Amino acid sequence: MAKELWKGNEAIAEAAIRAGCRCYFGYPITPQSEIPEYMSLHMPKAGGVFLQSESEIAAINMVYGASGAGARVMTSSSSPGVSLKQEGISYMCGAELPGVIVNVMRGGPGLGTIQPAQGDYFQATRGGGNGDYRLIVFAPANIQEVVDLMQEAFELADQYRMPVMMLLDGMIGQMMEPIEWKKPPVSPDDLPAKPWATTGTKEGRAPNIINSLFIDPEACNVHNQRLEEKYRRVIENEQRYETNDTDGAEVIFVAYGTPARLARAAAGLLEKEGIKAGVFRPVTVWPYPYEALHEVAIQDSVKVVVTVEMSTGQMVDDVRIGVNGVKPVSFIGQAGGVIPTPREVANAALKALGR
Amino acid sequence: MAYHEIIVAGFGGQGVMSIGTTMAETAMAQGLNVSWLPSYGPEMRGGTANCNVVIADTEIISPIVLEPSELIAMNQPSLDKFEPAVKPGGLILVNESIVERKVQRDDVRAIYVPSLEIASELGNMRVANMAMLGAYIEATKYLTFETVVDMLRNIFTGKKAHLVELNEVALQRGADCVRR
Repeated sequence: MAKELWKGNEAIAEAAIRAGCRCYFGYPITPQSEIPEYMSLHMPKAGGVFLQSESEIAAINMVYGASGAGARVMTSSSSPGVSLKQEGISYMCGAELPGVIVNVMRGGPGLGTIQPAQGDYFQATRGGGNGDYRLIVFAPANIQEVVDLMQEAFELADQYRMPVMMLLDGMIGQMMEPIEWKKPPVSPDDLPAKPWATTGTKEGRAPNIINSLFIDPEACNVHNQRLEEKYRRVIENEQRYETNDTDGAEVIFVAYGTPARLARAAAGLLEKEGIKAGVFRPVTVWPYPYEALHEVAIQDSVKVVVTVEMSTGQMVDDVRIGVNGVKPVSFIGQAGGVIPTPREVANAALKALGR
Repeated sequence: MAYHEIIVAGFGGQGVMSIGTTMAETAMAQGLNVSWLPSYGPEMRGGTANCNVVIADTEIISPIVLEPSELIAMNQPSLDKFEPAVKPGGLILVNESIVERKVQRDDVRAIYVPSLEIASELGNMRVANMAMLGAYIEATKYLTFETVVDMLRNIFTGKKAHLVELNEVALQRGADCVRR
């Protein structure tokens, strides 16, 4: 299969259509507006629904409705817009509705800036809405991975009946790279049945109810325990990560998305200076690959673990949980659309080593 | 090992982004790895625009170009901004038509292309960026004119087929600036 040059945002939209998604609801915002733009042209051609909603809040509630009716559905936005969707995401988790939410992150807080950032990590992995809930959160670092994970995102959403978030920084959304379409397109007709969906009883079955209200405390507790059991299965089965040159390394960089690429460039700089450095990259940031990180950090060769983020330090909390005190953990990051340079990252490692 | 880190910069509307995408598409067609990263935001609207292109026969680590091996400066602000960042021994292609000064560094190779004059002589101002691309291909000698022209044939079909030859001539006129 020949490689094709795709922009991240357009690739994510095409990958969704190829994954059998036939409903898109969203509202434009930089740096992800190419997603609704692409959808507006290609979703109708695929026989699906594209709707530019009046707001992000409306969009996520349309996702709730379409998902409840059994559709493979998505929305996308960037940081301030994703904040507006949080209530709907919490309701989807409560009602156990699948769906894919794309966040192409920009600088915050508030309106912040349109340049790439990673300040929404806590919101994505800890939940910006109310209640005990989790999302599966994929954090791809290149466009091939964006495309490959998009189909998986829809599959896992359906399998576990929960929303899945694609967490990208603006850089991944805006850049172009060659990709291959590895999997054949999925027809919505071939997707597994959703017997829970509100598709109309036609007087042949009892009504299905999609709801997040469990007014009786006992019933709400049972509901929460059942959700927790589901999240435990996700933790057991769905952790993804990648390592580069971590075996026998002195320095372990931990980073996701674009900073993982910068960290690899920094590792190259350190290698020229005689220091072996490797990169541990979580591909799912929830569930976080704590044990895998621990295994890497606990090696005798490892002196320091350096977290690299386009934020003032959020994922570093998860790194500390994973490393669990066996090695010192330090942090280097820039926020608000500024990207740390490989030299700055390498210097942070040298500083951590005491050189 | 070939590892080209390129910045193409100029005013919005000069075809800066399309020089970059054409380079990336050409390199990809030749089996090389590529990445293309645009600047985006308010500066694109009438101000300066630039894109980072990385082309390599090995894996591309970072798509962000901080120290370009090659700079295509379509206007003076771009030359002012990026000239100091070019790697020693690197290449700077200057759009001589509107850049009023010479490259000041003596540790880089400088090539001057009168892109607007070339485009004007060919009767279509929109091919100025192709003259710059032609000069780049000739100066660096790893992308081939044949691949670019093959791609142009796929882009310009039917009523637009005559544009293939026009663009091909613009590429060659740009290349002549390197040979002179």
